[in-house]
Amino acid sequence: MAKLTISELQKLREKLAQERQTREGNARGQIIIHMGTCGIAAGARKVMTALLEAMDKQNVRDVIVNTSGCAGMCSKEPMATVQMAQQAPVKYISLNEEKIVRILNEHVLKGSVVKEYALAMGSERVG
Amino acid sequence: MAIKQVSEEKVREIVRRWGGREGFLVEMLQDVQTEYRYIPEAAIRTLSKEVGVPVGQIYHLATFFKRFSLKPRGEYVISVCTGTACHVKGAPRVLDACARELGISVGETTKDGTFTLEEVRCLGCCGLAAVVTVNDDIHGHVTTSKVPRLLKRYKGTEKASHGEADD
Amino acid sequence: MPYRLHLMVCAGTGCVSNHALELRDALSAELAKRGLGKEIEVVTTGCNGFCGVGPILLVQPDGIFYQKVQVKDVPLLVEEHLVKGRPVKSLMFTPPEAKEPVPKMRDIPFFGKQMLVALRNRGMIDPEKIEDYIARGGYQALAKALTTMTPKQIIEEIKASGLRGRGGGGFPTGIKWETCVHAHSDDGVRYLVCNADEGDPGAFMDRSIIEGDPHSVIEGMVIGAYAIGAHQGYIYVRHEYPLALRRFTIALDQAREYGLLGKDILGTGFDFDIEVHRGAGAFVCGESTALMASIEGRVGEPRAKYIHTVEVGLYNKPTVLNNVETFANVPVIIERGAKWFAAIGTEHSKGTKVFSLAGRVKNTGLVEVPMGLSLRELIFDIGGGIADDGEFKAVQTGGPSGGFIPEDLLDLPVDYEKLYEAGSMMGSGGVVVMDETSCMVDVARFFVDFLQSESCGKCTPCREGIKALHGILSRICDGKGSEADLAMLEELCSVIADTSLCALGGSAPNPVLTSIRYFRSEYEAHIQGKCPAGVCRALITFRINDKCTGCHLCFKACPTSAVLGEPKQMHTIIQEKCIKCGACYDVCKFDAVTKE
Repeated sequence: MAKLTISELQKLREKLAQERQTREGNARGQIIIHMGTCGIAAGARKVMTALLEAMDKQNVRDVIVNTSGCAGMCSKEPMATVQMAQQAPVKYISLNEEKIVRILNEHVLKGSVVKEYALAMGSERVG
Repeated sequence: MAIKQVSEEKVREIVRRWGGREGFLVEMLQDVQTEYRYIPEAAIRTLSKEVGVPVGQIYHLATFFKRFSLKPRGEYVISVCTGTACHVKGAPRVLDACARELGISVGETTKDGTFTLEEVRCLGCCGLAAVVTVNDDIHGHVTTSKVPRLLKRYKGTEKASHGEADD
Repeated sequence: MPYRLHLMVCAGTGCVSNHALELRDALSAELAKRGLGKEIEVVTTGCNGFCGVGPILLVQPDGIFYQKVQVKDVPLLVEEHLVKGRPVKSLMFTPPEAKEPVPKMRDIPFFGKQMLVALRNRGMIDPEKIEDYIARGGYQALAKALTTMTPKQIIEEIKASGLRGRGGGGFPTGIKWETCVHAHSDDGVRYLVCNADEGDPGAFMDRSIIEGDPHSVIEGMVIGAYAIGAHQGYIYVRHEYPLALRRFTIALDQAREYGLLGKDILGTGFDFDIEVHRGAGAFVCGESTALMASIEGRVGEPRAKYIHTVEVGLYNKPTVLNNVETFANVPVIIERGAKWFAAIGTEHSKGTKVFSLAGRVKNTGLVEVPMGLSLRELIFDIGGGIADDGEFKAVQTGGPSGGFIPEDLLDLPVDYEKLYEAGSMMGSGGVVVMDETSCMVDVARFFVDFLQSESCGKCTPCREGIKALHGILSRICDGKGSEADLAMLEELCSVIADTSLCALGGSAPNPVLTSIRYFRSEYEAHIQGKCPAGVCRALITFRINDKCTGCHLCFKACPTSAVLGEPKQMHTIIQEKCIKCGACYDVCKFDAVTKE
C-alpha cells in the first residue's frame, strides 16, 4: 500500500464503504430466497448463487440477499420475495438462474416488477 | 522447572531491541521479566552498564513496579483480580481458596516452582467478575468452589487446555 | 462475490476469555464445509460492551443479536439462520423484565438507550483492519483538519464543543491544548501523550476503545498533535491489557503504511509519530507527572504541580496529556462540528460518557450515554436492575478517588459537577453497583487498602495517612472500633486531602468520607459488633439450619473439616474450627447455611 494523499483517501473510503454496505444494513431493498427443504430440492441454492454472481459482475452492493424458510407452496419453488424500500413486497415463483437475474435487473435495479414471474403483490409483509 | 542461567548476551540483545534508550528501561525490564520470570541481579548490572545508568536507578524501577519480581516466579502465575467489581463478587474469598489449595500465601511460589499466587489490581474484565488469570488465560465468574478444578488443569505435566468451558 | 451476510464475532477480552476465537474458527470452518464461505463473511470485532453475556455474535444486515454462543451451537445456527433464514430463538437474549427473547440488537434495552460517539464503530469493524475504519469515515476528520483548518481553528472548535477530559479530572480539553501552544519552549518542541494506563479498578472503557477501535485514538492524537504543533507522541498502556497493546501496535503499523502517521501525513507536509510504552503495574502512573517520569525511564513518582505539565512536562517540554476516550471523541467533533457535540449533555458537561457497569447489576458491561442521564436510568433501565433481584444499596463511581452514592440520590443527573457535589466524582467512568451483600465499611477499607499499596510513598500524608486510615478501618471491621474512631477518620481524611502531593492521596478520603456520610449506621453496627451485610469475618458466624437435607456438599467443600454430619442427616458447624471462608455457604443449594 502506497502512502495516501487526501484525494486517494476519499476514493478509498468510497470504495471500501460501498463494499461493506450490507454490513451496515444500508440497502435499496432486499431479495429473500426461500430455502425450505423443498426450495433447496427445487434448486434454490443455484438461484442464490446465480443471483450473487450477477450482483458481483454488475457491482451491485446495496441489495441485501437473505434466506427464509418454506413459503408454503412447495410446487411453486424455488421462490423469492423482493422487498424494495417503501414498497409492497412481491413474491416470485418457479424461478431459475435466468429468471432471478432478470428480476434483479428489472425490478430491483430499475423498479419495474417482472409481472410474468410474479405470484402476488403485497400479499404479506416481509422483513 | 529449572531457573534459566542469566546470559549477558541475552540481556544485551534486549537492550539493543530498545535502542539502548533510557526511556525504554521499563520495557527492557519487562522483557527481562518475561525471559527469566524475575529480574536477576546480573541482568540489572548488565542493563546498568549497557544503558549507562546507575544500578540504583534500575533497582529502584525493579522494586517500584508490581510486574517485576526480584525472586524467580512460578511457571504459572495465578493472578486473582481484586478490583472493585471482583471484590464485591467475592474475590477475597477466591484468593483465600487459591492460597489454601496451593498451600502458599499471596506473593509466594510453590516449592516446585510451578505456581505463584498474586493479587492483581483490576484486569478490566469487570463484566466477568470475579476474574482469575493463569498466565495469559482469563477465567471469569470464578467462585470458591470452582477454584480446585481450575487449578487442577494446570497441575501435573500436561499443558492446560484452553478450550475447556469455565462454568 | 459480495458478502450477503456478515457474522460479527465479538473479540473483546471478555468474549475471548469465553472462547470467542474458537467460536469464530468454528463458524468459518462450518461455512467452508457448506460452501458458504464466499457469501457469508466472518468478522472479528472489538468489544460490544455487553460482556456479561459473551461470547456475542451479531448477524448483519439482519441485526440479530446472539449471546452465550458456544462452539457446539454452530451447526444449528448455520443451518437454521444462515441457510434457512430462521433466526435461532434459543440463542437470543431475554432482558430481565421480558418473557420472550428479543431478536434485534437495537430493541434490547441495554443497547437501545445508548448513544455512541466515542464507541461509534463498536462491533461494526474489525479493529485489526484499517480498511474497516476508513470505510466508516475514519481519517476523514484528519483530512479535514489538515487541509481546511488552522491549528488555531481546531483548538477553537474543541473549546466550543465543551469537551472535557474523560480520564477523571474533567479539565476542558481545548483550554489545555491552547495553554500548551502558548507555553514557552526553547526549541519549539512539544509533546502529545495518550494516557492508557487505565488504573481505576472497575473501569475498562479505555481498554475497550483501544481493543475495538484503535484508529479512532490514533486519529484523535494526530489531530491534537497538529493543533499544538507536536511531532512526537507517546501512548502509555498498562501491561495488564495485552490485547489492547497488540491491536494498537497493529493499528500504528497500518496507519504508517497508509501515510496517516509518520512523515508527510496525507501529503500535507505534517510529521507526527507515536511511540508505545508499557506500564508495569503501578496505579500512580495514571497521574500525569508520574506517567511522564515513567516514559523517561524513571520511577513513576509524581511531582508537585505548581507548574503544570502543559508548561513543563515530558522531558521538560510543554506536553498535552489526554486519555483514550478524550482522543476518541476528537475526530467526531472535527467532523460533525462543535455545535452538534455541544447540543448533547448538560450545561457544563457536554457530549456522552462511557461507563462501565459492574458489580451487583444484572447487565454488566460497557455503555455510552449522553451526559445528564440519571444514575437510576443507568443502573435500572440499561443495567436491568440488581442481580439476583437483590436490593440496591449504593453505587460507587470514580474508582478509588470517587465515593459512594446512596439510593435517595439515584435521580442525580450524571455530570462532572453533580457527582462532585455528592462527594464522588466522574473519574474515568467506573460504576460499581452494590446491594445488601456488600458491606460499606469493608468496601471503604478495600479502597483504602488499594491506595495504601499503590501509594508511591513520596509524600508523607499519603504514605502514612492512608496506612493509618487502613488501620482504623480494619479495627472497625474486626469489631474492635469505637465511636472516637469515626471522628478520627474524618479528621485524618481532611489532613490527607489537604496536604497530599498528588490526586492519589488528595482524593483518597472520598470513599471513606462518603461511606460515613451516607452509611453511618453501618459503621455504628460494626462498633456494636455486627456486620449487617455478613461480610466482615470477625463479626459473622456460619450456622446450618433445619433446611439441611444432609446432601453432604458442605462437608466436602469445607477446607478445615469444620462441618460434621452423616449423609442424609442434618449437618452442624464446629465454630472453633471454622475459618469463615464461606465455602459451605456457596455450595448449599437449600439455603440451609446462614450467615449472621
